[in-house]
Amino acid sequence: MSVTTGVDGPPKVAFFNDPKVRAIGIQAILIAVLLFFGWQIIQNTLANLEKANIASGWGFLDTAAGFDLSFTLIPYSESSTYGRAITVGILNTILVAFCGIITATIIGFLVGVMRLSKNWLVSKVAEIYIEVMRNVPLLIQMFIWYKVVLAALPSPRSAWSIADTIFLSNRGITIPKFIWGDGAWMIAVAVIAAIIGIVILSKWAHKRQEATGEQFPVFLTSLGILIGLPLLTYLALGSPVEFEFPEQGNFNLRGGVGLVPEFAALYFALSIYTAAFIAEIVRSGILAVNKGQTEASYALGLRPGPALRLVVIPQAMRVIIPPLASQYLNLTKNSSLAVAIGFPELVAAGGTVMNQSGQAVEIIAIWMAVYLTISLLTSAFMNWFNNRMKLVER
Amino acid sequence: MSDIQSRRNLAYVRTEQVPAMPAPMSASGPVGWMRENLFPTPLNGLMSLIFGALLLYVVWITLDWSVFKAVWSGEDRSACIGDGAHGACWAMARAKFGQWMYGFYPFTERWRVNVVAIVGLLALVPMMMPSLPYKRINGIFLLGIYPILTLILLTGGHFDIGLSTWLTVGAFVAAIVIPILLLGFVAKIIEPVIAMVASAAIVAGVALLLIIMSIDFGLPFVETSKWGGLLLTLVVAVTGIVASLPIGILLALGRRSNMPIVKMFSVAFIELWRGVPLITVLFMASVVLPLFLPPGTSFDKLLRALIGVALFSSAYMAEVVRGGLQAIPKGQTEAAQALGLTFWQNMGLITLPQALKLVIPGIVNTFIGLFKDTVLVGIIGLYDLLLIVQAANTDQKWVAPQTHSTGFFFAAAVFWIFCFGMSRYSMFMERQLDTGHKN
Repeated sequence: MSVTTGVDGPPKVAFFNDPKVRAIGIQAILIAVLLFFGWQIIQNTLANLEKANIASGWGFLDTAAGFDLSFTLIPYSESSTYGRAITVGILNTILVAFCGIITATIIGFLVGVMRLSKNWLVSKVAEIYIEVMRNVPLLIQMFIWYKVVLAALPSPRSAWSIADTIFLSNRGITIPKFIWGDGAWMIAVAVIAAIIGIVILSKWAHKRQEATGEQFPVFLTSLGILIGLPLLTYLALGSPVEFEFPEQGNFNLRGGVGLVPEFAALYFALSIYTAAFIAEIVRSGILAVNKGQTEASYALGLRPGPALRLVVIPQAMRVIIPPLASQYLNLTKNSSLAVAIGFPELVAAGGTVMNQSGQAVEIIAIWMAVYLTISLLTSAFMNWFNNRMKLVER
Repeated sequence: MSDIQSRRNLAYVRTEQVPAMPAPMSASGPVGWMRENLFPTPLNGLMSLIFGALLLYVVWITLDWSVFKAVWSGEDRSACIGDGAHGACWAMARAKFGQWMYGFYPFTERWRVNVVAIVGLLALVPMMMPSLPYKRINGIFLLGIYPILTLILLTGGHFDIGLSTWLTVGAFVAAIVIPILLLGFVAKIIEPVIAMVASAAIVAGVALLLIIMSIDFGLPFVETSKWGGLLLTLVVAVTGIVASLPIGILLALGRRSNMPIVKMFSVAFIELWRGVPLITVLFMASVVLPLFLPPGTSFDKLLRALIGVALFSSAYMAEVVRGGLQAIPKGQTEAAQALGLTFWQNMGLITLPQALKLVIPGIVNTFIGLFKDTVLVGIIGLYDLLLIVQAANTDQKWVAPQTHSTGFFFAAAVFWIFCFGMSRYSMFMERQLDTGHKN
């Protein structure tokens, strides 16, 4: 080893022992390996595609699809293009993720609070729910909903109904249909106006509290504005929105909006499965808040309600929201299991396109791009949120 | 005076302490427990009644279906059809049990699967019990010898290893051995003797492995398309679990590295696989991976799925390990450096043991998630447990109204037992390894 310790200056180290040189060497090797494999993959893929007579590129998106989809939010027919089919899939993914997230959050928070209940039975029921649902694969649950539970429901003729508005049968869920009349857009405007009003109101109330110490019932007023303004608009315009209630016919339900059983199975399975995870997150979030916080707020003279609302919940939310967001992301990604029961969301619709056109590389690129966009947006939001909620320490 | 004296002797004045009475019925025993935990307030009592009724109802439905109304024996579907058959068709499950466990593995060769399972259990159980010795030898057996044994027993061994395979493997070995020798003899970072021994060991080991692979043990070859049922599920899960840990650790270290390109590569790799659903990864592995290989290369379907699962799970594992690494104070690394330890010595002896111990719950949760995710290989056509229980419905001999539900119930129960067991074991290990002084 050529290590000499000079009197002047630091000891001389052989160049290959210098961390900087090593780092450059390792990274050069990594780049070389990656480039080699990347080049190989591109060459092989091109050669294989040529052999299979598949033209790579995005031209196939304009070709007529020639297959039908069982559930679409936008007009779609067999003569629509592949691109349209994939758009239908993306919208269906968003729809089922949105509905699933709302339901899973409600059930999850309920079960999470139940799990902490002092009532032994209530907490046990919540525990059983969590342990059963978490430890059985989602796909099996989905199949059980689809092929066992929903298939065992009565036919549309004798469908179960909730107050004759929502019907449940082996053809899926049927809900009332909104028929937008003239001037219905004014209601949407009213909702937006109400939200803007609430933001201004809460800013004003905050300022007034800081200046005078007087509190203003922001929550109740906001709720009033949010419900009242659209309702007033609705009445002032002479009820422009009508509901078309489903009616039971001899063989099928007439009217209303039908949600196919595939949607129902996917929606139930996703909500109930994810709710078990959310319940555990909620439980640990509430337990993470030190009991001293509650006691200190009582000592400051806060009543139990405000203590919970102003001290405990904000701190619990800091613990709850990051894992909650990743559960929402998981739910969205898990909606891709619909391919197994044939609900045409992104993966199922894309899979059909892939089988028909043979454009596997492009379809998988679309899938990954869509899901990556969703998850990167979510993690960007999470970073923003974490920075906002971070404990500011000295 | 005498008045007081006589008062002391009065019969109704006690002279000694009365023994404590048992608590009243309403505050002790089952009744007291119920008052305390089920009916402390009227509202709470109402909740108890509602949830008690709900619980009883669900338990009753489950028991009624799976036990009381179930059909336990029969020769074919006729037993499970008819007025009395509104419960599970266990007769079908009994007839299909072998298939559900082994898939289409040849009946006469099933003993090989049994040997693999029994040897695996015999090695794994002592490994999982902290009080038993010989962990190191057992670990070497489980991670080094057992996989080869499994591969040879399950496939039958006697692989056709031709000249091209020898040359390819030889090139890879050379790519590893030549730098070691160079480091030993030219750069003198490694002792030349150690470099020689290590190189010789690698060459001999790989050669031995290839020779063992090509030996004919007289076992008939069973192609992977015949594997199925719980066997396939376990093969996919265990491979994913075993592959994910080392790759995940490397990726986590890469993500925390100071080298920008290594870091960028690790972040991109992790975020790519974590951002997409497993099903798209499996589709990619089954449809697109063959396109990436030189034309004419055929590739086992199971192996493709295994690669997809391993890549996917190692990305998740990397994030779990990174969480552990972040929790170790910087002082540990600095102390290790002050003692003159190299990077890998520091990682292997100081940082990783502490970090991995911290994230055992996370690691086991990843394992559980991976185990549940193996059902997705059914979507790309591998006959795992879930797909094979559904196959019973296409069997003319057994198709009946309750075939689907019986199969799903069975599969759900198997998965539940495995996942619940793993989660309880992780809780046990957490307590075992908790040497901290937090509370």
